[in-house]
Amino acid sequence: MKILVCISHVPDTTSKITFTNDNTTFNTAGVQFIINPYDEIALSKAVDLAADGASSITVITVGDASTEATLRKALAIGADSAVRVDAQPLDAWFVANQIAAYARANSFDLILTGRESIDYNGGQVAGMLGELLGLPSVSIAKSLSVENGQARVEREIEGGKEIITASLPLVAGTAEGVAEPKIANMRGIMSARTKPLEVIAPIAVEPLTKIEVYDTPPARGNVKLIDENNIDELVHLLHTEAKVI
Amino acid sequence: MSVLVYIENTDGQLKKSAFEVASYARDTAAQLHTDVVALSIGQVNQDELHKLGQYGIGKILDANTEKLATFVNQAYASILTGAAQKENAHTIILSNTFSGKALAPRVSAKLKASLISGAIDLPKAEGDTIGVKTTTFSNKAIASVSLQSPTRVITVNPNAYPAKEQPSGQVQIEPYNADLPDSDFGTMVKEIVRATDKISLPEAEIVVSAGRGLKGPENWGIIEELANVLGAATACSKPVSDAGWRPHAEHVGQTGIVISPKLYIAIGISGAIQHLAGVSSSKTIVVINKDPEAPFFKIADYGIVGDAFVIVPKLIAALKAHKGIG
Ligand SMILES: Cc1cc2nc3c(=O)[nH]c(=O)nc-3n(C[C@H](O)[C@H](O)[C@H](O)COP(=O)(O)OP(=O)(O)OC[C@H]3O[C@@H](n4cnc5c(N)ncnc54)[C@H](O)[C@@H]3O)c2cc1C
Ligand SMILES: Cc1cc2nc3c(=O)[nH]c(=O)nc-3n(C[C@H](O)[C@H](O)[C@H](O)COP(=O)(O)OP(=O)(O)OC[C@H]3O[C@@H](n4cnc5c(N)ncnc54)[C@H](O)[C@@H]3O)c2cc1C
Repeated sequence: MKILVCISHVPDTTSKITFTNDNTTFNTAGVQFIINPYDEIALSKAVDLAADGASSITVITVGDASTEATLRKALAIGADSAVRVDAQPLDAWFVANQIAAYARANSFDLILTGRESIDYNGGQVAGMLGELLGLPSVSIAKSLSVENGQARVEREIEGGKEIITASLPLVAGTAEGVAEPKIANMRGIMSARTKPLEVIAPIAVEPLTKIEVYDTPPARGNVKLIDENNIDELVHLLHTEAKVI
Repeated sequence: MSVLVYIENTDGQLKKSAFEVASYARDTAAQLHTDVVALSIGQVNQDELHKLGQYGIGKILDANTEKLATFVNQAYASILTGAAQKENAHTIILSNTFSGKALAPRVSAKLKASLISGAIDLPKAEGDTIGVKTTTFSNKAIASVSLQSPTRVITVNPNAYPAKEQPSGQVQIEPYNADLPDSDFGTMVKEIVRATDKISLPEAEIVVSAGRGLKGPENWGIIEELANVLGAATACSKPVSDAGWRPHAEHVGQTGIVISPKLYIAIGISGAIQHLAGVSSSKTIVVINKDPEAPFFKIADYGIVGDAFVIVPKLIAALKAHKGIG
């Protein structure tokens, strides 16, 4: 199977999020970047699937040269080759079109993304890719297996799950539980240095959205502490002050 | 020009989020000086659809065929797109439910529409474009986004916009059907597994959540009982689901589900930044933790410092007394 895994390069989950240029630009100074945690799950799934010895894994990112360290990490975890589309990811439509152009030229059996990126949180790329490529897509897969050219996927729904079958090629956004996270070992790290990392030029696409400005969420008031021997007070406040029960 | 809103059902019952999104669409239409049309896909009876009239919906397209009885992502996206074109809708609104998350990107790509996921306010016209706000960086920032395509798709998180009644007068229901190619049926539902006795976490108004402070899965009885008394859904922190104490579907946070209930009660959870990312937009937060220095207290509205095993049973008793039960 030929597998493509889409990798988003995101700030570490503990990063302090600040903005510059009148709150129009995310301030990357001092921020540590990581593989988007869901993309790590997608990649781990690909590594499991490729254990059959007859598969190849390509990772792709749309980003500037600073994302190459992240791609090298993906190679260390187990991808065979990496592609960087040399452009700023302007919005999900722009990103999906870049990946679709590459996928069209290289026909994959399975395209995996994360369920969403932990920075912009759109959860948009998988569905857009499916549409652009004319393929079925599952936005949030909780489990995924492939047998005889068909995928079996568990899709999350409110209060349960749907078990579906899908024809290949398929685009799937992976969530927690799809695979055990794989950690790069020494051999992986050594071999990652020599695996191919191709840089390609973007295609011309106009983004459809623009982030004009960022704000910080409104601060909450101070916590009201209630004595553990006065629980009735809490019930009273929830009823009369917060009006939530 | 009009606003089209997608109405979801579960086994023929309109979802709670359907009324929220109907209210949001109605108010968006008012804001943009246009009309709202609803689209229901799947098998929903007329009485059920008529309920939307209470929320300002006057016209409903009803795509009710056997083939569309269960969710088929591509086919539903085609129906939605076709309906938008038929109604000349330039703004398409969906709830950011699991199905909404699957459909919205496909619909937006078909229409080359600007897509915004999880809007937190109504769209506002700004010259030629419209602007809307959403959260980014896992709730750590709010982005004001301009939607530059003449067509746009907006999804709204469950619980983010209240369902407000505003009767429309008459409701007109029009059957809607479209010929769909076989290639739209690339996925097929084999089985639906639903925990019927439980309240769905993403849509729940009250959530009772517990963490590693509970020590082990055998201690979840008090959490479930508290949830029962409150009519709440249960949730947990990541280490708890990682350890298999609770199912993954209950894990909230940056790498789990993001929720915004009216009331979130966190018990024995320290309040790590990754956990807060999933719950900090809850309207009211109550924290129960034995450590007064636990970071969760910093974003809580109400807090009790003490042992959960002592406090939770007392809270259950106090709530029962308040509700006049037991
Ligand atoms: C300098 C800069 C400016 C930006 N300005 C805007 C803006 O004005 N408007 C706007 O909407 N966004 C903007 N972004 C955000 C960026 O475009 C998003 O990363 C992109 O829109 C993808 O959407 P998402 O993060 O919501 O991805 P999601 O749809 O949540 O991601 C799902 C999955 O898609 C894949 N994926 C996501 N991004 C990439 C990528 N870059 N390469 C490969 N795979 C990927 C991953 O597998 C990921 O798990 C900006 C980003 C940068 C760096
Ligand atoms: C990439 C990444 C992503 C992550 N994503 C998530 C995520 O999505 N969601 C998430 O939850 N975490 C996430 N985490 C993990 C997160 O960093 C924390 O480790 C986790 O949230 C801690 O869980 P906890 O609060 O249950 O446990 P702990 O931090 O161990 O806290 C237990 C708390 O219980 C209290 N306690 C102990 N005994 C009692 C008692 N008898 N009565 C009352 N209180 C008691 C303690 O004082 C303590 O505050 C992520 C981490 C990483 C690195």
